[in-house]
Amino acid sequence: MATATSFPVTLPTAIPVREILPWAIFGGLMLALGIYFVGVEEGAAAVFNSAYVHEFVHDGRHLLGFPCH
Amino acid sequence: MTGRLLLRGMLAGLVAALLSFGFLKLAGESSVERAIAFETAADAAKAKASAEEAAAKGQPAPVAAVETELVSRPVQAGVGLLTGVVVYSTAFGGLFALAFALCFRRMADLGPRATSAVLAALGFVAVYAAPMLKYPANPPSVGLAETIGMRTSLYFALILISLAVIIAAGMLRIRLLPRLGAWNAALIAAGVYVAVMIGISLALPDVNEVPEEFPATVLWQFRVASLGGQAIMWATLGLLFGVLAERLMAPHGARA
Repeated sequence: MATATSFPVTLPTAIPVREILPWAIFGGLMLALGIYFVGVEEGAAAVFNSAYVHEFVHDGRHLLGFPCH
Repeated sequence: MTGRLLLRGMLAGLVAALLSFGFLKLAGESSVERAIAFETAADAAKAKASAEEAAAKGQPAPVAAVETELVSRPVQAGVGLLTGVVVYSTAFGGLFALAFALCFRRMADLGPRATSAVLAALGFVAVYAAPMLKYPANPPSVGLAETIGMRTSLYFALILISLAVIIAAGMLRIRLLPRLGAWNAALIAAGVYVAVMIGISLALPDVNEVPEEFPATVLWQFRVASLGGQAIMWATLGLLFGVLAERLMAPHGARA
């Protein structure tokens, strides 16, 4: 009979970096783009030539801590 | 595995966004409204002063530029705020899942739930808390339009520096671990992070663009609401993602 230990559960192994890398590059890029549109677009930099994105996310941009105006 | 973690991170981020939005709506919107009221009153006073000055010189009153409202206030404070918080929080949820995938079993011999909780606490400090001590969140009417480029660069630079420093401190902790033990290695790493961040924050230029007459209570309430919204977001993300990751990673029947 196996003796009872205080840590009976073996942890899963670390995920190989090779497996993470493609997700990190593509996913990281997409997600950074999302943060850019909430935090920066039509403020310090602009992709669109309007103020609509800025005005729409205005309150969120302020309350999330991004510089605005 | 990474793809499925990424999806769960974004899902946890979405739930975190809804809680954070609820809090910001309750605790933050009133100070945004009062800040906008201050701005409107200040603009009106300025327009009145220039009209009186023109009248004294016997000139016609200058026509005040009417600001066209692209998005109405209720939309900004409702769907707009929700969209902003959801996009931000879901994106950070995804990035958090990627960081988790890299740190799991490399940072410490902790299970998924504990790794996620520790990582979220560190993320909150590195991404929001430390940078906001130098460049705090500002309500509408605080901040000059001319300096938006500089302020944005400084803020993002400080976030990236803070992330780099906390990663370096984490690697230092792992190197010190065999010699100093878990407690002392963690203390030294934390001390190094704090010391380096204090030095960098003191070295970076100050930004103070609060108008002379701006009510201090509104500024305080706004900043506390911003801090609370972020704290709720990171706490939810860390705790919920941990549960989702544990379910995904635990071998069948071996869940504890």
